[in-house]
Formats: sequence, C-alpha cells, structure tokens
Amino acid sequence: MAGPRYIADPEETVRSVELDGLSVLFHEPSGMTHIVAAPAPEILEMLRAGPADAAELLRRLRARFEFEGNEAEAAIHARLDELEAAGLVRRA
Amino acid sequence: MRHQLFLQIGPVSFRIGSAWGEPLDRLARLYAGYPEPEAGLCDFTVRLEPEQPWRRWFRPSVAIRGDYILPDAAPLSLAHGLLAAEMGMNLQMALGQKRYLLLHAATVEKDGRAVILTGESGAGKSTLAALLGERGWRLMGDEFALLDMASGMLLPFPRAVSLKNGAIRVMEAEVEASRFGPLLAGTPKGDIRHMRPNRNALARMGEGARPALILFPRFGEAGAVRAVGRAEVFMRLTQASTNYVALGSRGFDSLNRLIAACPALAIDYPDTATAIGLVEDFRQELAA
Repeated sequence: MAGPRYIADPEETVRSVELDGLSVLFHEPSGMTHIVAAPAPEILEMLRAGPADAAELLRRLRARFEFEGNEAEAAIHARLDELEAAGLVRRA
Repeated sequence: MRHQLFLQIGPVSFRIGSAWGEPLDRLARLYAGYPEPEAGLCDFTVRLEPEQPWRRWFRPSVAIRGDYILPDAAPLSLAHGLLAAEMGMNLQMALGQKRYLLLHAATVEKDGRAVILTGESGAGKSTLAALLGERGWRLMGDEFALLDMASGMLLPFPRAVSLKNGAIRVMEAEVEASRFGPLLAGTPKGDIRHMRPNRNALARMGEGARPALILFPRFGEAGAVRAVGRAEVFMRLTQASTNYVALGSRGFDSLNRLIAACPALAIDYPDTATAIGLVEDFRQELAA
C-alpha cells in the first residue's frame, strides 16, 4: 500500500538563504522562519515537482544525489514528519 | 493628562503624559538638552496614570499605559516614576515599532563603523557601551539597535542609559554628577540610576552608521574570543529582536543583509578593561 503523498509550497512563497551550510527559510504563508539542514532543502525542492509519497520522493532524490547505506527510506520518513510538523510540507 | 513632556530620541518621538508633575520634572532634568519633536506629532504616547482615580492622592502608584499595552506592565510606586516612564517608552518601542528592525542590543560607533553588542540580560553590554561612549566612541544606544530596513543603516536611539547595581559605581567614577538621575533603590530590577549620554551622542542623534561588527559579550569568564557561525547569529538575533516576527519577510531580508555585512564574535571577558581593549583591537582590524 502506498503511503501518504506530500506537497510543498511553491518556491516563490519560501525565501531561502544559505548560511554556513545551513539554510534559513522564511515561509510566507505562515510568517514563520525555520533553520534547516540537508536534506530538508533538497526534499522541498523535489516536492515542488509535484506531490509524492516517500518512495517516489526517494526515487527523485536518487536521480540527483548519491545515497550510502540502506537507511535512506527511514531517514526520509523522519525528515518528512519533521517538515510536516514545521508546516513546510503537507499531505496532498 | 495634566502634565506633558515631548522628547525626540534619535528618529523616534514620544509624548509622555502624567497625572503627577514630579516624575515628569525628573524626566525633564534627566533629558535636558534633547530636542523636542517637530510639528508636535509623536510616534508614541506613554501615559503614567493612577491605578485607580483616587490613588493619585492616597498611596500613589503609577500604572503605565500608552498606544500598546502589556498586561504585566505592573504599577510602580510614584517614587519610581522615572523608571515607569523608561519602561513605558521601551514598551511602546518594543511593541509598536514598524519602521525599523529592533534588536535588543547596545550600539557604539567610531570612524563611521557601528558595533552591535547583544546577548543575554546581565552580560554587561549596557555598561560596556556606556564606558566606550566615554572613551572615544559614540554611544548610539544602550537598549535598542534600530536597523533601518530601507538603507541597512543603524540609527541611534540614545535614551538615558539605565545603569543597574554594580554598573552604577563604575560609571559614577567616569562621568560628571550632573548627567545622573536620582538613585532608585529597591526597584524590581535592583538599584537603578539613569545616566544621560554625553554631548557628542546627543548632537549626533540624527546620524546613522553602517553596521560593521556584531559582538556577543559575556562578563565574568576568562578572556576568550570565538567566531560565531552565521546561522547561529541569525538565530540569536531573531531572539534578540522584539519585532522580527511582526515585520515578516522585510525583517527576514533585513536580518540577512546585516549578517552578510558583519562578522560576528562571541567575547568572554573578566573585566571591562579587557573588553574595551578587545573592542579597540577589532576596530583596528576592521580599519586595516
């Protein structure tokens, strides 16, 4: 069974500045500022291509980035939970 | 209001109204030499009123009111009317300021370069800024740094410096008696004495400066200096700002511009002489 599908707000509604390897994001719809580390900015970028569940998101990320080990799927679920709690991604 | 006083402090104007004359007389003496706002229009109003009408005469107690009100802006005894006026002015600024990104920080300037001193309450930034202000630097403010979002410049807000406890003696040894207000003993924050910034600070209260350095001083530790990463600076400055959230994306952009323009250092210092030496060293490095 496919898991929940997620979407992210379009790029023009989230200002992003990279500071020493971390990204500070200003999320205009909520007015909230977030400081995030990789792979959160990459996840947001991939979700802007359209809604995706964790497996599809991982496929998109693998097309662009190298992953080591086999814990990527668990990590993606954890990051999606955090981003959802922060209001940066939501269920499609 | 029976009694009124108008004050211009940097780019901000205040009308302070009071049910009693005494706190305003004291305030007028402390703020001698400050300009009056032009055209009688003020940014903020502070009102010192009796808690209840009859208390104006019977055990008088001052309640602070104004354009913006916090529920815990506690009443103080009339003897602390000067402190009430200061708290009222801070409160209106902290809650109502929309033109400037407000940082809870002291600012000093030399050779056109401004140094922002910020950090936790009790870190000694106010005392350090007040001392630098008597030793060749211009004191721009001891409480609020005003970052102009349009130009990226820091603007002065040279209100009377609020000295607490040990800092009172430090500054009394440095500055002529006529620039001090009365000693306010036993306030909720301990002993407090206000000090008027010097003539140079007042004469140049309309003159901004380019931010050049952000310092996070911490008093009472062995001397040490460490660079602070920009993401940490961003986070600490959002915490030090009273109006960052209210300003939305303008605040975000202004803060990033400030951080991109200024190196940031955390300094631990065992005594003020060490701290002043460090700040002078940094100034020479920036100028080089």
